[in-house]
Amino acid sequence: MANFNRRRVLRGILNGGAVTVGLPLLNCFLNGNGNAMASGEQMPLRFGTWFWGCGMNAKVFTPSKFGANFEFPIETAPLRKVGKHINMFSNYNAYRDNAPNLCHYTGWVITKSGSAPENRGNKPGDTIDVLVSKKIGNTTRFPQLTVTSVGDPRDSYSYASGNSNVAEWSPLTFYKRLFGPDYQDPNAPTFTPNPRVMVRKSVLSSVMDQTQALKQVVGAEDKIRLDQYFSGLRELEHQFDLQLTKPKPIAACVPVMAPGADPRQGLSAELVGQRHKLMTDLLVMAAACDQTRVFNMSYCAAFSATTKPGWDKPHHTTTHEEHVDEELGYQPTVSWFTIKAMECMADFVEAFSKIKEGDGTLLDNSLIYASSESSLARIHSNDGIPLFTAGRAGGRIKTGLHIDGKGAPGSKVGFTCLKAMGSDLPSFGTKSNMANSVISEIAV
Amino acid sequence: MRHRGEKYKWFVGSAAAIAVSLVLSNCAQPASKTAAVSKDAAAPSSRAALVEPDGGAPKHLRILTSEQYLNTLAYVFGDDIRLQTDFAPLPRADGLLASGAALAGFTGGQIEQYYRTGTAAAGLAMDARRREFLINCKPADARAADRACATKFLGVVGRILYRGRLTDALLTDSVNKASEAADRLKDFYAGLSSALEGMLASPAVLFVAETSEPDPAQPGRERLDAYSVASRLSLLLWNSVPDDALLRAGESGELMTDKGRAAAVDRMLASPRLEAGVRAFFDDMLGFDQFATLAKDSIIYQSFSAVTAQDAREQTLRTIVDQLLVKKRDYRDLYTTRETFLSPALGAIYGVKASGWTPYTSPKDSPRAGLLTQVSFLALHSHAGRSSPTLRGKALRELLMCQPVPPPPANVDFSALENPDPNIKTQRARLEIHRTNPVCAGCHKITDPIGLALEHFDGAGQYRETERGAPIDASGSLDNQQFADAAELGASLRNMPALTSCLVKRVYGYATGGPTAPVDQAVLAYFDNVFARQGYRLPDLLRSIALSKSFVTVRDVPAPSRTASLSAP
Repeated sequence: MANFNRRRVLRGILNGGAVTVGLPLLNCFLNGNGNAMASGEQMPLRFGTWFWGCGMNAKVFTPSKFGANFEFPIETAPLRKVGKHINMFSNYNAYRDNAPNLCHYTGWVITKSGSAPENRGNKPGDTIDVLVSKKIGNTTRFPQLTVTSVGDPRDSYSYASGNSNVAEWSPLTFYKRLFGPDYQDPNAPTFTPNPRVMVRKSVLSSVMDQTQALKQVVGAEDKIRLDQYFSGLRELEHQFDLQLTKPKPIAACVPVMAPGADPRQGLSAELVGQRHKLMTDLLVMAAACDQTRVFNMSYCAAFSATTKPGWDKPHHTTTHEEHVDEELGYQPTVSWFTIKAMECMADFVEAFSKIKEGDGTLLDNSLIYASSESSLARIHSNDGIPLFTAGRAGGRIKTGLHIDGKGAPGSKVGFTCLKAMGSDLPSFGTKSNMANSVISEIAV
Repeated sequence: MRHRGEKYKWFVGSAAAIAVSLVLSNCAQPASKTAAVSKDAAAPSSRAALVEPDGGAPKHLRILTSEQYLNTLAYVFGDDIRLQTDFAPLPRADGLLASGAALAGFTGGQIEQYYRTGTAAAGLAMDARRREFLINCKPADARAADRACATKFLGVVGRILYRGRLTDALLTDSVNKASEAADRLKDFYAGLSSALEGMLASPAVLFVAETSEPDPAQPGRERLDAYSVASRLSLLLWNSVPDDALLRAGESGELMTDKGRAAAVDRMLASPRLEAGVRAFFDDMLGFDQFATLAKDSIIYQSFSAVTAQDAREQTLRTIVDQLLVKKRDYRDLYTTRETFLSPALGAIYGVKASGWTPYTSPKDSPRAGLLTQVSFLALHSHAGRSSPTLRGKALRELLMCQPVPPPPANVDFSALENPDPNIKTQRARLEIHRTNPVCAGCHKITDPIGLALEHFDGAGQYRETERGAPIDASGSLDNQQFADAAELGASLRNMPALTSCLVKRVYGYATGGPTAPVDQAVLAYFDNVFARQGYRLPDLLRSIALSKSFVTVRDVPAPSRTASLSAP
């Protein structure tokens, strides 16, 4: 075992991208059944979200058959390769009740938080990843990680208390954050607490004291902002504590190599795809190395500005301006953009499935919730808003099913996810989007 | 994130601007009504007060922008400090990121970014090369703590970083931390670096927390204290923290006298650092943060590269500095001037050869005149593969006239739109659908006639006579003023009262560190008149605002303004 260079093998996988290779299992890490650590702890659960903008066209996106062994129409064809790992949810709605339909905004806020926003500045509740992080994100270095493929830190669909979790947009910077000097390799043969970290922890305590002191001279609203600042310092303190503690070995953890360079600026589907792949590789290994258990990936913005080379309109504009091909019955270029998104989603799911963990894969111990901000973007519809899950959540979720929501709120999928992650929240969402029961067809 | 000014977004600083804003807030209504109100809105604000009315601004707690943070590091540690700041983007409030800095909330990830940046800066500042000239003392033993030397260094540096508010207790604590770290790490400089990390992560450094004192000239009211005034001045004029002289003026009380403040402001206006302040303001006001993600389709626009985008931003800022600071021209002339600068990358767009940055004056018969015809405006407010009269018209209204254009109204039935005709060739013809459809016409009529005048410039800012083989008609109108092309649009805009009142509103918000509110209406109208009497000279406006009573007087925040939220990503 000692002569086997696992690091080299995995680097080959992640950089080459196309080959599935089961990692040699390091049995010393596992119990006899391979589904738990040798210490008896269960493999950690992970939760992720995957987002794309400008929805889909149900005519060429939604399978006609429900249940198992459903087909994949044109727009969802790329998902065929991960079909056994995913669930698809149709006929679920995002209800806005009396709130306005804020184009390309209302839909994603509802699917992520379960509540309809009253205006574009309104971010009600917390997004589902934040709720899950409160349950399973407290023991890792990062309570959650948010990344985007479009190169813009504002492209985030995760928020807590009205504040967006800013997206990591540069693969290089993200790599340094994850695996730079502050990274503690769980599989390192030796462990020596870094005295600099001890010093930093001591200095941080002074900064926290200063934060409390500053609260005395500001108004009520600014006190809240300083409380948020203080909470952030607490998270840092937690990071320092982890750095001073010997981590448990993790067989699946083999950090990827640093990206050579960030992809150049631009929103062509090709460039977005490149960024998506780099960010996916980093996120997958962040989860495998237990740096985080909650993550968010945004493929493109809700107002998707992804472009097709030589085509003069970006994705969003195309949804409103492309002629519906009378022969095909849909907008062919809009579908091209959707297909590009689905290709990346399939790659994302597949990347998690390639990491061997215990007697299954990282994907088996994860649950990924994928959503868009509308169904048919051309008319800003939130009815039949597309939703997916991927992964088995450590055996809590069945996969390979196409579920008919029959008009139920999409937040029912969110509530099922929360329950699978062990949340003790009695419900998810508000008003017509309130869900308090799981989708029995997929719950184990 | 919260948006204190959100509920006031229809209110701007002058009566004229308010009227126009009210029109825009209801832009979905029939166009005839819109035009009628617009005519009234064009009237100058001649009734504004000639004496500064009671005014003031709330005390703010604003986070330093990444640019301000870097400028501070450069001032303290030297210009050659280079590091990447990945500070979270600020929300835009009342048209400015600087105002959003007073409202932004925080997540754990953001705090980690601030901390990482501070750690990197402290490490750079204490590297072996820099410490030789930066540290004003030598430790007795470089492998151990030296309280005296640490106190000397941290006292000087901390005074600037804390903008004068480094108390004895804070300094002692910082020296204690430096000493503990030096002993533990057996390295005096590593100890200093650790203490600096703490300072750079301190909320008292990262946040500008304004504080006040009773105003002897206005019994019963509060005014900013000297350190808060010093910070407001330096952030306004230099986009950085106060220098030693300004802090001394604050410590001596001189800054709180009319004469002392005038002397400080005049010194700052005469400083070369004013250019950085003016650049930062216009970069913010013109929304140039969007350049961070600007890219064009390389198949459609082969001459447009990342360098072009970078140079386009620089071209406009150079033009502004040259016109407003060097030549002290009328602000309105920015929109008609033919004087600018070209780089080789921009030369490819202009069809002119340029080696390095070169002054350039477009010929009288050239279609290029004023900022609206510069690549920064044309390319930034277009799509990746084509121009957008709507985005350009919207940008002109919102950025330059402070007239927010609402997003498409909620609950529009887009299925009512006809299936677009694929044979349409020009933007004008395509947008005709929007202008004739009653659902869309309200808003599109206030943006598109402006943007269509710029249609001789494609999405990369290159001149063209035709679009897909069809000749371009660049005529249009702005609030009932008709024009034939882009140059005439610039001339029309130049004479719009909203152009100058918008600048006043933005400068005032920028100066006082937060969004303006309806209660500022009288003060803004006053500064409108002051600006007019000054011949619309920017340095004079900056001076007037910096020396005004409103600049230092504290106004309580009206309750409603603190509750709304900020915009989505």
